Amino acid sequence: MSSTSEIREQHAAINANQPNASRARASSWSLWTRQTLAIMSLEIRKNFLSRRAFLLYAAAGLPLVLLSLFALFRMPDDDAGSFSNLSIAYAAVYGGLILRTLVFFGCAWVFMNLFRGEVVDRSLHYYFLAPVRREVLVVGKYLSGLIATVALFSITTVGSMLILYFSLYPSESERYFIEGAGASHLLAYLGVTILACVGYGAVFLLVGLFFRNPIIPGLLLYGWEWINFLLPPLLKKISVIHYLQSLVPVPMPEGPFAVLVEPTPAWISVPSLLIFTGVVLFLASLHIRRMEISYAGD
Amino acid sequence: MTPTTTSSSKTQSPSLTVSSPAATASTLPAAPLSSDQMIVFEGVSKFYGEILGVNRVNLQIAPGITSLVGPNGSGKTTLMNLMTGLIKPTQGRISVLGMSPDEPEMLFQKLGYCSQFDSFPRGATAREFIEFYLRVHGYTKQETAELTRQALERVSLVEAADRKVSAFSKGMRQRVRLAQSIAHNPSVLVLDEPLNGLDPMARAEIIRLFRHLADAGMYLIISSHILHEVDMMSDSVVLMHNGYVVAEGEVRGVRDEIDEHPIQILIRCDRPQVLAARLFDHEHTVEARIHDDRQGLFVKTRRPDDFYLLLNKIITEQNLQIESVAPVDDDLSAVYQYLITSDGGQTR
Repeated sequence: MSSTSEIREQHAAINANQPNASRARASSWSLWTRQTLAIMSLEIRKNFLSRRAFLLYAAAGLPLVLLSLFALFRMPDDDAGSFSNLSIAYAAVYGGLILRTLVFFGCAWVFMNLFRGEVVDRSLHYYFLAPVRREVLVVGKYLSGLIATVALFSITTVGSMLILYFSLYPSESERYFIEGAGASHLLAYLGVTILACVGYGAVFLLVGLFFRNPIIPGLLLYGWEWINFLLPPLLKKISVIHYLQSLVPVPMPEGPFAVLVEPTPAWISVPSLLIFTGVVLFLASLHIRRMEISYAGD
Repeated sequence: MTPTTTSSSKTQSPSLTVSSPAATASTLPAAPLSSDQMIVFEGVSKFYGEILGVNRVNLQIAPGITSLVGPNGSGKTTLMNLMTGLIKPTQGRISVLGMSPDEPEMLFQKLGYCSQFDSFPRGATAREFIEFYLRVHGYTKQETAELTRQALERVSLVEAADRKVSAFSKGMRQRVRLAQSIAHNPSVLVLDEPLNGLDPMARAEIIRLFRHLADAGMYLIISSHILHEVDMMSDSVVLMHNGYVVAEGEVRGVRDEIDEHPIQILIRCDRPQVLAARLFDHEHTVEARIHDDRQGLFVKTRRPDDFYLLLNKIITEQNLQIESVAPVDDDLSAVYQYLITSDGGQTR
């Protein structure tokens, strides 16, 4: 039988043997950074290499495939309009297909699964049983989703624009991108895609935390973003798409019923989206600190 | 060592009996540990809506192996999930070595939890699985590699370390989860039915590991509904029933009860008739009955330890293909019933 002091000594010996030295030395920020990177590395692997990622690849590749098929099977005497019309054609493809549909649902798929997917897989508890602040977990997961979606949809944005232009007017397109406004338009579209992933990502991460079945809130949000052009000016501003639409270099044609408003300037749109994202992530962190693991029923 | 639980849970049910204060005191070391050196539940209740999880639990758990014993649905897992912050108490306070389960960044430097959730990241090998979460702890690559190696060695999984967990048997997956929970050398280890799915050899090995960890001063809280396993490894027991702690104390009392009640074990194998014939040669086999699908054998025995040794011998001699060996709950309910309702049912 051991005495109390022996038990205490043994206990102290166990604690002394733990290789916590590097963690103890590390400042909070360096520990959080290391933990965030570890979470990101694990999550990026899941986002890019799991079976769930195939849907994301399919979404990101769809415009590239469609535009390539259009270029390949276009009749030689097809009137594709003039070169100057291409910017409006791309604005329609980007605004209607890429931004409002593929980036939207791609972000929904990735970010809602960050937590909801782990609950369905019954593996979230492994994170909850690690000595990591829940806020760090939210940030790590969010950044991993952001890297996955930005990487894929940036390729979609750039690739689809280049395919559309170069397949129809190669020589004019070369001049447009090297000497004209092509490069700046391309960068602007790229920026909008990245901001869309930032904003939608935060929203869907939160939706995935609050709703057991996030499909319905996701569809409601989709509807709200799509009817944005019909909404009165004040309501327009309660959406992500309004700020993104203000930043695109060529506005998407919205039809005769659209309620026209002045686009919000970039110096307001960009910080607004970033502040909105910060607030949403803060709410997600608050929620996850109180979250319980109960896989029953999920 | 005499790790102990102390209790004030005396009023839950008129039929229950618990350790008397005198008996409890006698199990305490000479100088009592402070609450910062114990795992403390103070008036803890947890309700899932209107469904009771646990109610008015008061416990103080000291180093050593403490088993939470009770039938399915008695509240064992709820108590463990509360202790580890996976769920929050509706009422009451929990403290683990002075830390609150609401501070995971502090708590899980000292605590490891091997839960019953049998899930793993897709495509991960055993080594990757352990390394993933050690990196999340904040360990460097070198520390992670070393801790992972040690953990895999402890559960005898070094050879299978680079195979995908999805291809593992249930017992191997159990060992991987155990390795993951002990990899960061916690001082408190919470284990929910850790012997489920393990073959007799692995059970003995893992129990030896638990004993070794407890002897080194760790706190091990283990849930089980297999009384003879509790008897083999525990220093003290907490008996739970319908969400209440109905008795607690040293393990000797449970051992006496076990001796009086045979336990039933189901062995899934290819030739149950051969196994039955051999088992009947031994006096401690009370009953052997072939399963309806003729792929298993129910055996009742009064001496499980001897039974498992004999089983190993027969498997080797007869070259039997064993799919699983698992105790069956039904007969244990008699022992629980006795412990919960009998006047003399206190764990002594």
